[in-house]
Amino acid sequence: MTGPDDGAVLELRDVHRTHGGGEAAVHALRGVSLTVRPGELVAVMGPSGSGKSTLLTLAGGLDRPTGGEVLVEGEALGTLDGRGLARLRRRRIGYVFQDLNLLGSLTAAENVALPLELDGVGVRQARRAALAALEEVGLGGLGARFPDQMSGGQQQRVAIARALVGERRLVLADEPTGALDSQTGEAVLHLLRRRVDAGAAGVLVTHEARHAGWADRVVFLRDGVMVDSTAPLAGVEHLLSGIGR
Amino acid sequence: MSIRHGLLALLERGQMYGYQLRAAFEESTGSTWPLNIGQVYTTLNRLERDGLVRSLPEHEGGQRPYEITDAGRADLALWFVTPISRNDRPRDELSIKLALALTTPGVDVRAVVQTQRGATMRTLQELTRLKYTSDRPEDLPWRLVLDAMMFQAEAEIRWLDHCETSLVRHRPAAPTARSGSPPEVVERADEEAHR
Repeated sequence: MTGPDDGAVLELRDVHRTHGGGEAAVHALRGVSLTVRPGELVAVMGPSGSGKSTLLTLAGGLDRPTGGEVLVEGEALGTLDGRGLARLRRRRIGYVFQDLNLLGSLTAAENVALPLELDGVGVRQARRAALAALEEVGLGGLGARFPDQMSGGQQQRVAIARALVGERRLVLADEPTGALDSQTGEAVLHLLRRRVDAGAAGVLVTHEARHAGWADRVVFLRDGVMVDSTAPLAGVEHLLSGIGR
Repeated sequence: MSIRHGLLALLERGQMYGYQLRAAFEESTGSTWPLNIGQVYTTLNRLERDGLVRSLPEHEGGQRPYEITDAGRADLALWFVTPISRNDRPRDELSIKLALALTTPGVDVRAVVQTQRGATMRTLQELTRLKYTSDRPEDLPWRLVLDAMMFQAEAEIRWLDHCETSLVRHRPAAPTARSGSPPEVVERADEEAHR
């Protein structure tokens, strides 16, 4: 396959990322290929230092590979200059990181609206979209609160709303449940799953098998190499009938 | 758990005949433990022999209902307050398989670990999907059964990850020196720790 995969939202082709050179070179990723389509949530698992966060920063255009290429909706990130890349990140990619990066001086709604406003969307329209996104994550009515007036779980939901606001088709999540308790963490994954079921593509980096269980496909990284991958999960209707439900 | 106590618990709700017991048993275990009707009747016969249930006169339709006795209630109460011993559970085939794989020439142990982890991960994905699609309040017992299976799958994956890491550091002892830790094992472990 040489041309872009038509249906893919994200494509990594033989991606390498090496830090430093010579004897001291650290090979964070060594030839990883991955395709994620609309409606598909892929979990990336592996121990610390296996390259999973590197994979995510390359997929999100936050760093550039030293070999291979990354395509988002068919567009090769390597061909974009800094401005083009920044625009693509704002418009098409949502990020949910463990470190929430919410701005304490802005309300929840302003935090969520910020990426749209930076992208030139009018203040009113951005605010409307932000309130809708907050509603989607179950925070309708809390838009005027500041982050320090919210619980950890609510703050994480604000971060998710910010990642989902607008028409983003690629959602990248790095240990998005952070230090949340298991019920709240599950609610966060439920939101991610719902957005993917509605047609986005998602990549979830996690070291917890329980979280990876939400994915359609799980890939295992070790020392920068993909060592294994589960086959895509088809419908589970056969299971339901198999056990009499 | 024994089917005995499952049936006693169901009869505590009220009298039931065999097919009803089977349906109720599968319902309350989220159908994760299918029973055949033969098992139900064999168990009922033993429970009756032991005085824990008694059979009632047949219905017109030919169904014979059973009810729990006071001795059955006492047995059931004891079961609920007694923790389950790990010794009562079947031997873990997977751990034995891996132990044997390590000592059997020509077996790719990492491949065994990876194959199992992929399969268990897939089970976990399927269980998660099932749980995610059962969110009615009346599904709570079934969701809790699913949770138990999910925690078990998760624990198995963690253990397999642990095995894989241990294998990376493992250097089989030379046949002549079977005791003690070879020096290169320690160096390799140090390298891992510093990464």
